[in-house]
Amino acid sequence: MQSREEYYVPSGSYWPIVGSIGMFALLGGFAGSLHGSMAGTVGMILGFGIIIFMVFGWMGQVVHESETGDYNLQVDKSFRMGMAWFIFSEVMFFAAFFGALFYARQLSVPWLGGEGNNAFTNQFLWPEFKSVWPLIQMPDASNFSVPKGIIDAWHLPALNTITLLTSGATLTWAHWALMNKNRNQLIGGLIATIVLGVIFLGLQVSEYMEAYQHLDLKLTSGIYGSTFFMLTGFHGFHVTLGVLMLIVILMRCIRGHFNNERHFGFEAVAWYWHFVDVVWLGLFVVVYWL
Amino acid sequence: MSTTTTDLQDEIDTLEGSHDDHHHGPEKGLMRWVKTTNHKDIGTLYIWFAFSMLLIGGAMAMVIRAELFMPGIQLVDPQFFNQMTTLHGLIMVFGAIMPAFVGLANWQIPLMIGAKDMALPRMNNWSFWILPFAGMMLISTLFMEGGGPAFGWTFYAPLSTTFAPDSTDFFIFAVHMLGFSSIMGAINVIATIMNMRAPDMKYMDMPLFVWTWLITAFLLIAAMPVLAGAVTMMLTDRNFGTSFFDAAGGGDPVMFQHIFWFFGHPEVYIMILPAFGVVSQIIPTFARKPLFGYSSMVYATASIALLSFVVWAHHMFLTGMPIAGQLYFMYATIMISVPTGVKVFNWVTTMWRGSMTFETPMLWAVAFVILFTIGGFSGLMLGIAPADIQYHDTYFVVAHFHYVLVTGALFSIIAAVFYWLPKWCGNMYNEKLAKIHFWWAVISVNVLFFPQHFLGLAGMPRRIPDYSLQFADFNMISSIGGFAFGASFILLTYIIVDCIRNGKPVKEDRVWDSAKGLEWTVATPAPYHTFDNPPSKKVILEESSHIGEH
Repeated sequence: MQSREEYYVPSGSYWPIVGSIGMFALLGGFAGSLHGSMAGTVGMILGFGIIIFMVFGWMGQVVHESETGDYNLQVDKSFRMGMAWFIFSEVMFFAAFFGALFYARQLSVPWLGGEGNNAFTNQFLWPEFKSVWPLIQMPDASNFSVPKGIIDAWHLPALNTITLLTSGATLTWAHWALMNKNRNQLIGGLIATIVLGVIFLGLQVSEYMEAYQHLDLKLTSGIYGSTFFMLTGFHGFHVTLGVLMLIVILMRCIRGHFNNERHFGFEAVAWYWHFVDVVWLGLFVVVYWL
Repeated sequence: MSTTTTDLQDEIDTLEGSHDDHHHGPEKGLMRWVKTTNHKDIGTLYIWFAFSMLLIGGAMAMVIRAELFMPGIQLVDPQFFNQMTTLHGLIMVFGAIMPAFVGLANWQIPLMIGAKDMALPRMNNWSFWILPFAGMMLISTLFMEGGGPAFGWTFYAPLSTTFAPDSTDFFIFAVHMLGFSSIMGAINVIATIMNMRAPDMKYMDMPLFVWTWLITAFLLIAAMPVLAGAVTMMLTDRNFGTSFFDAAGGGDPVMFQHIFWFFGHPEVYIMILPAFGVVSQIIPTFARKPLFGYSSMVYATASIALLSFVVWAHHMFLTGMPIAGQLYFMYATIMISVPTGVKVFNWVTTMWRGSMTFETPMLWAVAFVILFTIGGFSGLMLGIAPADIQYHDTYFVVAHFHYVLVTGALFSIIAAVFYWLPKWCGNMYNEKLAKIHFWWAVISVNVLFFPQHFLGLAGMPRRIPDYSLQFADFNMISSIGGFAFGASFILLTYIIVDCIRNGKPVKEDRVWDSAKGLEWTVATPAPYHTFDNPPSKKVILEESSHIGEH
């Protein structure tokens, strides 16, 4: 496969405008459906469909251009930078939620309990309130669901940590195979990674069911439930995206795409998978364990 | 010269049967603008979008000033007034200033670094085409039941959570879309500058506009996702029973302010660093001297950017934070005036003993230096925690950030448009009318905003449709200035449209005789495709803005 010499500038494309329309319908429809609009729900589903259509069309075109040798090493580098900085932006998105967790644990909950110069805060607002973490007894639980307990770090979450770390290893094993031109090991490694990812998601679902059905630990369980479900939920969403991307890469590997030198699509997804892995380690330590 | 090279390249490609479609000129018709992957087309789209948002946001400002013309409720009901202040702020920040700078980046960065286009052209198109949809969603809130968002552009909880209208959820998703667009735009800028530079251009050869945008893009990628996090928490607090900003569940409304300003303060620099870049391009041209202290400008920009992440709570001195926190945020904030001072010093010393002429772009740039500095000084006053107790939430704050954003960011955008418009469209604007417009705008903007300092110091609160009688005179003066400043944009529109349609064609590639920079080596008007072959090292060094340092 000979790649062209000069930098590839694609000709005009309809995909971006399709994506914008899809995004507008999805988000506008969602906002509408939150306020009981039937049209909103329809728009949301339609928008979701349009976005799926756009992603397939757009990425399909990129794969085609890649396979026909349109991309030289400089284009490859642009893609690398794009993916790296995109992952950095995702890190900052998670940072906002980790920040909320730290703020609640270190500042707002102790202050509500009267720490520092906040004795009057405690006395005037909720004098009965005691600051403890995990926060089970909220200052005023009338609008919230009081949990009976929390998820123990050393059961499912520990198992999930092992699952996800192993999946990182199998992915690297697949990468080695790609670089050593061993297609079978590559495909095997990818399948193992996908299976481990799906197991992780399954365990997360059963953990959520445990929390909702037996522990009364819900999204509405005060700041503990809010941070717990938003952090693990967004992480689970990212794992889902990662699994879908791995499946696409698996299909491409089966079709014989990529060679031992040029396989940025594979690497981008691997970066993303490792990023999701690292976020999980952060979650395991500060959400489940400490 | 450059046109011939491009033509030659086209010839070669045709002969070789290359299947490049990107060497062709623009497509015909409306679809050109929808499908385009050309950085110049996309830059143009961004700038016109920003300009229309500026007019919409400006119309809202006119409503605000009309209501404040006299004490008492005059024209609109207070709820609508609050919607106007909220949407005016949001539209100006996310719809006008930021897209205008991204538009300038699209047009200029490839031209200034000798690249043939942006690094990721299709994504570039998407970054733009999200904006009109997000803008539509934001503005549509005004027409919904319960009205649009009325909690101020900073959307503090619990006003934006517990007490907000239903339309707030549309506002939240509009912010998500705007943020998504900004992040993609910033990724593109970084990839372009790092990967598409002419091979012989070193980082320290880059024009300052490129440098400031590189640093701005970093700020965008770090700050916008935090905003997305903040509005996501708002969304779940409003609709799904979380309690991030509700003390009854162990959260804290003040936490919203922390997260918001962790985004919000870098955001301030996102809107001003590219302005610094523009002014650093224009002043050397019309002072006919290389920029004074090029490398110190680069380091100052980077320092300002880094510091911008550790000063956010100076917006929150009155939230009851511990005294140690107040002291830290005060000192860190005041530290920013050091690199900013370096910049102002360098602009002034660039002009010092220069052979200055005052064409329109230079007038705007000089006005920027003076008036932005006034905004900087009032910012210094606000940064002092004990003094801020008096100024907080008064018109003094309004005066401060309008000096920084209108006479700062907006003035630099207008300067940039006058500076580069002849290169973009190939025609010269009407210098006489443009000068009349400049003096009209610069006088009226001061009549508009300067009295607001006095109002604030005397205690007039911001975001309020009615006020005590002792504030009447200054408010009336301010409103008169506001109407005059608003009207000046009618003339500006005429000047620009007139330039594009009937302006006198410019013959020279180098539109301004002593301008430096690769953008002046391409033909006028800039051909649809430029720098298919990167410029040589010799050309790069000749065009580098800081020749004196080589």
